[in-house]
Amino acid sequence: MNRIKKLGFGLLTLLLVAAFLGVWIALPWQGIVALGLAFTAWMAFSRRGRQTWQVTRVGLATVVQRLGSSSVVVVGIAGVVGVLVAMLAMSDGFAETLRATGNDRTAIVLRGGSQAELNSILDRDSANVVMQAPGVKKDAKGRPIASGELVVVANLTRKATPDTDANVPIRGVGADVWALRDQVRIVAGRTFQPGLRELIVGKGARAQFAGLDIGKSIRLAGQAWTVVGEFTSGDALESELWSDAESVASAYRRGSSVQSVTVMLASPQAFPAFQAALAADPRLKVDVSTTQAYFSKQSEGLTKVLRAVGITVGLIMAIGAIFGALNTMFAAVQARAREIATLRAIGFRGLPVVVSVMLETMLLALLGGLVGAGVVWLVFNGYTASTLGSNFSQVVFRFHVSGALLWTGIKWALAIGFIGGLFPALRAARVPVTTALREL
Amino acid sequence: MKYMHLIWAALFRRKTRTFFTLASILAAFLLFGMLDATRAAFSSGDSVIGVDRLITASRYSIIQSLPVSLTTRIQAIPGVKAVGTANWFGGIYQDPKNFVLSFAVSDNYLDIYHEIDLPADQRKVFEATRTGAIVGEALAKRFGWKIGDKVPLQSTIFPQRSGDKTWPFDIVGIYKPAPGAANGTDQQFFFHHKYFEDANAFRSVGTTVGWYAVQLTSADKADSVAKAIDALSANSDHETKTQTEQAFNASFAKQLGDIGLIVSAIMGAVFFTLILLTGNTMAQAVRERTSELAVLKTIGFSSRSVLGMVLAEGILLLMLGGVLGLALAGIVVPIVAKGSGGMLNLPPIGAQTWLTGLALMVAIGALVGALPARRAIRLNIVDALAGR
Repeated sequence: MNRIKKLGFGLLTLLLVAAFLGVWIALPWQGIVALGLAFTAWMAFSRRGRQTWQVTRVGLATVVQRLGSSSVVVVGIAGVVGVLVAMLAMSDGFAETLRATGNDRTAIVLRGGSQAELNSILDRDSANVVMQAPGVKKDAKGRPIASGELVVVANLTRKATPDTDANVPIRGVGADVWALRDQVRIVAGRTFQPGLRELIVGKGARAQFAGLDIGKSIRLAGQAWTVVGEFTSGDALESELWSDAESVASAYRRGSSVQSVTVMLASPQAFPAFQAALAADPRLKVDVSTTQAYFSKQSEGLTKVLRAVGITVGLIMAIGAIFGALNTMFAAVQARAREIATLRAIGFRGLPVVVSVMLETMLLALLGGLVGAGVVWLVFNGYTASTLGSNFSQVVFRFHVSGALLWTGIKWALAIGFIGGLFPALRAARVPVTTALREL
Repeated sequence: MKYMHLIWAALFRRKTRTFFTLASILAAFLLFGMLDATRAAFSSGDSVIGVDRLITASRYSIIQSLPVSLTTRIQAIPGVKAVGTANWFGGIYQDPKNFVLSFAVSDNYLDIYHEIDLPADQRKVFEATRTGAIVGEALAKRFGWKIGDKVPLQSTIFPQRSGDKTWPFDIVGIYKPAPGAANGTDQQFFFHHKYFEDANAFRSVGTTVGWYAVQLTSADKADSVAKAIDALSANSDHETKTQTEQAFNASFAKQLGDIGLIVSAIMGAVFFTLILLTGNTMAQAVRERTSELAVLKTIGFSSRSVLGMVLAEGILLLMLGGVLGLALAGIVVPIVAKGSGGMLNLPPIGAQTWLTGLALMVAIGALVGALPARRAIRLNIVDALAGR
């Protein structure tokens, strides 16, 4: 009979944990704030609540004496939260950089099935057909706003590791590119002059790769090119070097072909018509997408992998941290067994004891979460990194530690605190008073 | 060893705590296994088998091809044993997610890459079949290919002369990587450069190659031969960069760059934290047993045996959790690699990882045991028994 009761109790606790985690994950921040307020009110105004507060105070007062073991909870949880937030910040930063590169006002056309600009090729005639298609916005003189572009890749040295080369993308752009990509601004020097083998460099590229200062020259396809300016755009284009398409084409013997055509749409609603017109044209076999869809898709693979790695590592660590917290809190309850038993003997009920142990664990967890998230925010927010993108070339991106991510970290911390505190708390409340009093 | 039962009893004195600590250690070593697999995946160029090979590629970037006419000129350089060529094909099987590492290679490529272990009869059929292709074991397993299968690969770069981007191939051989081959060798797909050249819509591929694989007569000639090869095309429009195969592979891995480094750094920090926490728990366990240790000393155990027992307890604890953790990593890593759809090519947990892991377990076990052990030998019996 006793065994069945025990089993039932165990199952009930597990259900409670599962239910808590379910609700916890689903709850938006407003819900959690409301929960916190309700709990505070209960502590301040009900009799049980005030008792709980008294018991908690005693517990908290002794935390300092158990500094070593309490810091286990804090450090362990800080580690979990830090890793999780850092990995997610990396994945978010990468995705955001690529997402920001595109918009729904412009469309990009590649040879059918090529997936990335590097693999694509369009001859001059096809490029002209694309530019003249319906749905493309015309400028004041009635010419379509479009840019036929080439992307080649140069080997440059990474500043952080001078002994290794990195593939840096060089984009040859058409004359209309300034109208098409209005987020691009020259911040130093001037723009390139067509036909002169001049380059402008993105801010991210300049920061990551050696030899891109204004006035310096780099060798591409056996010829010297001069860097004449620096631009910002706040997106993946900042990883690139730009020149005019004709110069790049002649240096790399591409004739009059281009790799992609980017066009300004008359309006975002014109996209379906533009796409349909190109699909129906028998002279063409091309893939058409808005730049937004194109760049977002490029971040998908890596973002997914980073998120998966982050959450897997976070989960494994969380399990480690939960056991660390359980150990600590069981030891804490053990150390205070007499004291708790005395409280129960003089009339305190189980609930205040349970809640106070839980509260103590969750406060420690919250502290750990704040430390972990805070350190990651201080160290990694805006941290610049680069990796291989789909064009077989480097994409420079920044870590983005957003408020939402910090919040996710805190939520994980509190969830770990909840599980790590629950079992020791239940034990404290269930040990028979007489046994506990006799224990040393 | 004669105190084993005592150590064991001490370890499981508080079953719950030991279980929890074991779980933490298990988590730490599970992470260690995954970290080591990631590290191995990002440093795939460490194979010893290719020390006598150089790779000659365009100085400006890997996407630029080189003239095929260099072959005879490289061959003429003293110290060069053989020159093979390869072209990147960019193959995709059925779905863009199924990327196949595929190359069009010269006829002597398999002689240069002797780690590609293809049975002699299959090799004969391969040489006789124009559209023949040979694939690595792991790749064949991934898509369920068998010898005799007709497999269409879509190239992301090269259309056929007919304008069709899908190239039909006949699988005529499945090779095993010889021991010591670089990680990922068994994931590749090779076919004849001749077929690639004949059927290609780009006529220029007949006169160009992607890169040269140069086999040396001896590995110590690498520097001089590399310089001589690069001198052949200095100041031309196809300047080359020749490096050892290791350096070439490593530069590929380094292109992924910061990500590998950051993941490793993070996992390293995690490992460190978890171990720190375990050490604390261990210290706490010994502290609690102070009076027991005093009893042991009272009944005649020497300080050294007590020290040994406490150290052994730490090592045993680490070994129990660590071995379980690494074993679990052996199960988890292939699942993760499979789940990533070929994006993360994680090698299985090998002997090297196990050895490093075991060394770590002993070292950390001794370390977490050392502080409490020192307390134990310095113990003043009278004080300890009195609970002071």
